[in-house]
Amino acid sequence: MNTVPAADTGTAPSCPAVPAGDVLRVERLSVRFRMRGRPPVAAVSDATFRLAAGECLVLVGESGCGKSVLASALLGLLPGNAETAGSAFLADGLDLLAADERTLARTVRGRRVGLVPQSPAAHLTPVRTVRSHLEETVRALGGAAVGTGGRRERAARVRAAAERAARRAAFPPGHLDRYPHELSGGLAGRAATALALVGDAPLLLADEPTTGLDRQLAEAVVDELRACTRDTGRALLMITHDLAAAERIADTVAVMYAGRIVETTAAGEFFGAGGPRHPYARGLLDALPERAFTPVPGVPPELGALPPGCAFAARCPKADALCAGQRPEFTEGTACHHA
Amino acid sequence: MLELDGVTAGYDPRHPVVRGAHLTLRPGEAVGLLGPSGCGKSTLAKVAALLHRPDRGSLTLDGTPVTGYRHRAPRALRTAVGVVFQQPRLAADPRLRLHDLVAEPLRATGRRAEVAAAVPELAERVGLGADLLARRPHEVSDGQLQRACLARALVLEPRWLVCDEMTAMLDASTTAALVGVVEDYRARTGAGLLAVGHDPVLLARWCDRVAHWSEITDA
Repeated sequence: MNTVPAADTGTAPSCPAVPAGDVLRVERLSVRFRMRGRPPVAAVSDATFRLAAGECLVLVGESGCGKSVLASALLGLLPGNAETAGSAFLADGLDLLAADERTLARTVRGRRVGLVPQSPAAHLTPVRTVRSHLEETVRALGGAAVGTGGRRERAARVRAAAERAARRAAFPPGHLDRYPHELSGGLAGRAATALALVGDAPLLLADEPTTGLDRQLAEAVVDELRACTRDTGRALLMITHDLAAAERIADTVAVMYAGRIVETTAAGEFFGAGGPRHPYARGLLDALPERAFTPVPGVPPELGALPPGCAFAARCPKADALCAGQRPEFTEGTACHHA
Repeated sequence: MLELDGVTAGYDPRHPVVRGAHLTLRPGEAVGLLGPSGCGKSTLAKVAALLHRPDRGSLTLDGTPVTGYRHRAPRALRTAVGVVFQQPRLAADPRLRLHDLVAEPLRATGRRAEVAAAVPELAERVGLGADLLARRPHEVSDGQLQRACLARALVLEPRWLVCDEMTAMLDASTTAALVGVVEDYRARTGAGLLAVGHDPVLLARWCDRVAHWSEITDA
C-alpha cells in the first residue's frame, strides 16, 4: 500500500523525479501521406525542436495544420500510407522514427512516452468502466505498484494504484465505476490523463487535453499536467489550440502552420509585451476574444498542394514577391522574410 | 420570443439533469448560457432546439407552444431553429460529402430546387472552397467540418440559432471566423441566438447578455 505514499494523502500529486537533460530531440521531422491518384500530403515538414527535462513545449496552430500527426509520428501511430523522414531521439538515444513496432509497443508507449489522446471519450472502451481501464493499465505497465504476493494482495494493490492514478488527474473516485458514455467530456479527459500518468514516463504527449473543457476545468487539468511534469523533471509536449491553456503552462511556444513550425519563442515573450514575430502567430493571438477577436483572413492552404513560397503568404498582410517565390528558412526562432 | 418555462429534462425521470430552467430570448437577441462541464446545459439546448422532450415545463417558440419534439414537431417549427453541435465529427454523417451535408436540410424539406444556388453561396460565406465541398468528413479537419455544420444550420434560414459549444473544439482563428459568420447572418436576418458555452470571455464578447446556469435553474 505504501509504494507511492504521497498520493495517499490526497493533496500533492506524486511523480518520482527523472534525471535532467534533453528528453526529446526532434530533427527535421517530416511526414508525408501517399495518396492514391493524388499528390502526397505534406502533413509535417522539417519540424525541429528539443525538449529538456522539466520543460513544457506547447505546439499551437489552426486545426488541420499537422499538430496531431506530429504527435502520432513520435509514437509510431501513423497509418500505413505515411512516410517519415528525420529523427526523434529520446534521452537514451532511441530514435522513435526508426524503432520497430515491437520496441515501441514494449518499451516506449506508456513507459517512456505517455499519451493523452485527443477526444478521450473516443479512446476509452465503451463496454468497460474507468476503473477497469486504469487497473488494466496498472497491470500492463507492471512496476512497483503490482509487485508480488497473493492474488488478493496484488488485486488490492492494483486497485489502490488505479485509485491513486485517478486522484492524480483529479478524477472523482465516485465516478470510477462508470462507463465512458456516462462521463461528461471533462471527466473523460481526466480519465485519459490518469491513464497516461500511470506509467510514470519521462515524456508526456498531450494532444488537445483541454478541448471541450470549461475554463476552470481546463486550468485544473493544465495545472495537474504541470504538477506531474515540470515539478518532477518530466517533459511535456502539449498540442493545443487553446491559447489560454498554453499561456498557463508553456515554457516555450512553437507555432505550426501548414505543417511547418514557423516560430519558436519563450512563452513569456510570446504572450507578453514583445509578442510573437511571425505574422501568423500575431494573427492567431489577435483572434482571441480577449484581444481583437478578428480571424486571420482566408483559410489555410491544402497540405496536398502547398505553394512554392511561404505557405502563409496568401493570408499575410506583409507578403511581397519574395514571399510568393521563396520558402523562408527557419532562422533565429522564426521562418519569415519580414521578422 | 423563445421561452423556456420551468423546463425539467433528462434521460431518467427520477434523476433529471435540468431542473426548472427559465430562459426567455427576445426576437433577435443573442443570449449566452454559461455553465460548467456536465451541468446539463447541452440538454437544455437540445430542448430549445426541439430535439429533446422535457419531462416538465414548456417551450414556446414565437408564440406557438411546442407540443411535439424531434419528428413529432411540425416542420414549420422544426425549421425555425438551426442547431450547431459541439463535436462536428458526431454531428455529420460520415458517408455524405460536405456539399450533401449542407444540402440535406433543403432536400429533407422538399426544397431540392434551391440546392444548386444556396449551397455554393453559403459555402463561400463560411469559408469552404469547392474542392472541400467534394470531400467526405474524414478528409477534412474539425474546423472545416464545423464550418460545414454551421452552413447546414443556416441553409434553411432559421429564425433561431442554437449553438451548443460550437467553438469548443476549434482554434482561436476559426472561432473568430465562425462567430463572424453567425453575426453576419444575424445582422442580415434578425435571427435570435442561444449560444451555450463555458468560456465567459467569448460569450461576453459575442452575446448581448450572458445568463449563468445557476441563475436560470433551480437546485
